[in-house]
Amino acid sequence: MTDTTQTRQDPHVWLRRKSRWSVTEIAFWVIAGTVPFLFFPTYLTLASQIAIAALFALSVDLVLGYAGIITLGHAMFFGIGSYAAGLITKTGWGEPLTGLLFACAVTAFVGFLTSFIIIRVRHLALLMITMGLGLLTVELANSMSWLTGGHDGLQGVDVWPIFNRFEFDLWGYTAYAYAFIALLIGVAISRRIVHSSFGLALTGVRENITRMPAIGSEYRGHLQTIYVISATMAGLAGALLAQTTETASLDTLSFQRSADVVVMLIIGGTGRLYGGIIGAIVFMIARDQLSGVNPQYWYFWIGLLLVIVVLVMPKGILGGLARLMGRRN
Amino acid sequence: MIAQFAVVLFDGFAFGMLLFVLSVGLSVTLGLMNFTNLAHCAFGMVGGYATVIAMNWLGIPFLLGLPIAFLAAAAISVVLERTIFRLLYGGTELSQVLLTIGIVFMASASAAYLFGTAQQPIQIPSWLRGSYEIAGQNFGIYRMFLSIVAIAIAGLLIFGLEHTRFGARVRAAVDNQRIAQGLGINVDAVFAVTFALGCGLAGLGGALAIEIVGLDPSFGFHYLIYVLIVVAVGGLGSIAGSFVAAALLGIADVAGKYFVPELGSFLIYFLLVAILFVRPNGIFGRR
Repeated sequence: MTDTTQTRQDPHVWLRRKSRWSVTEIAFWVIAGTVPFLFFPTYLTLASQIAIAALFALSVDLVLGYAGIITLGHAMFFGIGSYAAGLITKTGWGEPLTGLLFACAVTAFVGFLTSFIIIRVRHLALLMITMGLGLLTVELANSMSWLTGGHDGLQGVDVWPIFNRFEFDLWGYTAYAYAFIALLIGVAISRRIVHSSFGLALTGVRENITRMPAIGSEYRGHLQTIYVISATMAGLAGALLAQTTETASLDTLSFQRSADVVVMLIIGGTGRLYGGIIGAIVFMIARDQLSGVNPQYWYFWIGLLLVIVVLVMPKGILGGLARLMGRRN
Repeated sequence: MIAQFAVVLFDGFAFGMLLFVLSVGLSVTLGLMNFTNLAHCAFGMVGGYATVIAMNWLGIPFLLGLPIAFLAAAAISVVLERTIFRLLYGGTELSQVLLTIGIVFMASASAAYLFGTAQQPIQIPSWLRGSYEIAGQNFGIYRMFLSIVAIAIAGLLIFGLEHTRFGARVRAAVDNQRIAQGLGINVDAVFAVTFALGCGLAGLGGALAIEIVGLDPSFGFHYLIYVLIVVAVGGLGSIAGSFVAAALLGIADVAGKYFVPELGSFLIYFLLVAILFVRPNGIFGRR
């Protein structure tokens, strides 16, 4: 957003330059891909959970950070993806990659249906609709306990080894590698999306929704498209969770999860793709460490953190870092 | 069967009146400042705990505990509004949502720390306990009391808003803040007073709620959803709208849980989505 002076050049050159992988990014992926295996082998399960949470936060960043759709019910897609991936194994087909595809297809379909409701509303009504749809799904899943297992969760999920070779082990080696690769692919796709003309149009919608139609850009289609993409990605994250933990529970659909993912994203910084990842790392590690101390009061610190982030660092950790770097230059 | 319907209608209306007292303040302040205050129910919780402290620790009677709940919630809300909330009046919706959700998290964890996670019991006076039996069905006296209090509050608010100078200022500021300011109305002061009143009412609602739905640290979250439904469906800044929406929601909720318990709260959320899909500004909303 800062180099507006260069936009006079061919816009495609500008977009292409913006979409180049930077050294920091590559270093980040190399570290994330090796350090947990080499130095924290006992924390690989946590690492896989972080990667899944990061993918989920990334999906929320696409709608919230780029398109400006505030959602308090995205766990709906996470949970539906989770149940879809779990349920397909119960039919006797436990192949993980096709399971992921199936879960993505289901959530994309649900996302497409709900996107018609989402684009109709703004402000408070939007908050309420997203929250309402999320709660509705929880109630549905709870009352259809013959399918979902109700409060006990989905039992007997059996996932085959990936490529018939890599079994999901107790230590989480496979789980982390699997979730890590999925996250990397998710980021690559998201980068491609936000650094395209479509991504720019989304930012335009976020900045000024009434001006977009005035300059000839129909925003409804854009919003629907990104909403479906985001729903699919959230479903993918949920499916990964179901496959790596071999269970699906009502908790994956809960309002708490919708709120947590927004908190992660805000802590990291919205509209930056990596914000959700940083936020997920900070949030999950902090919860892992603090929940041993006093699980009951854990949300006090989250609340305090939110208040501080909003008042002091409205752009999150990454936004704060970017400002510091900018000042130094 | 008819008597059963009557008792569901009665209980539902009483629950709806509780929701009305809890939510009417949010409806007005949201319409006035466009400030999305998700911490509104946390003020209700403050009122509830204030009454518990007043009654169980200090031995103050229930009817005196109610105004204490109002004052405690209003006082805390004024402090927060003047120090923190006002920083975000021009801010984005997202930052308002996050800040106030953060406050709900902190309030609920603090309540768990101070009072424990158990339900807080209070002893209401004997003349409010028990019920009248009509046609074999029980109509609770406390629910009647609650409905009467809520209707009285609705009457007072509508009178205050329609027939007093302050009410005229509030209406002017809701309709068009900038022009109201241009006409010499101190919108900032009007808002501060309205905010305190609204949060005070939430506190009163929290105190009245103890006997019906109980009070525990999750109050600020659990009833937030109901309150938001009332506000979103009733339309911003409309007292009559909030009243009707609250009554409908209460009746639908109680009826749903009574007649089709296996669906849980499904019916409520479905109605919410359906109503907002058809009328994004709520049933009575103008904007």
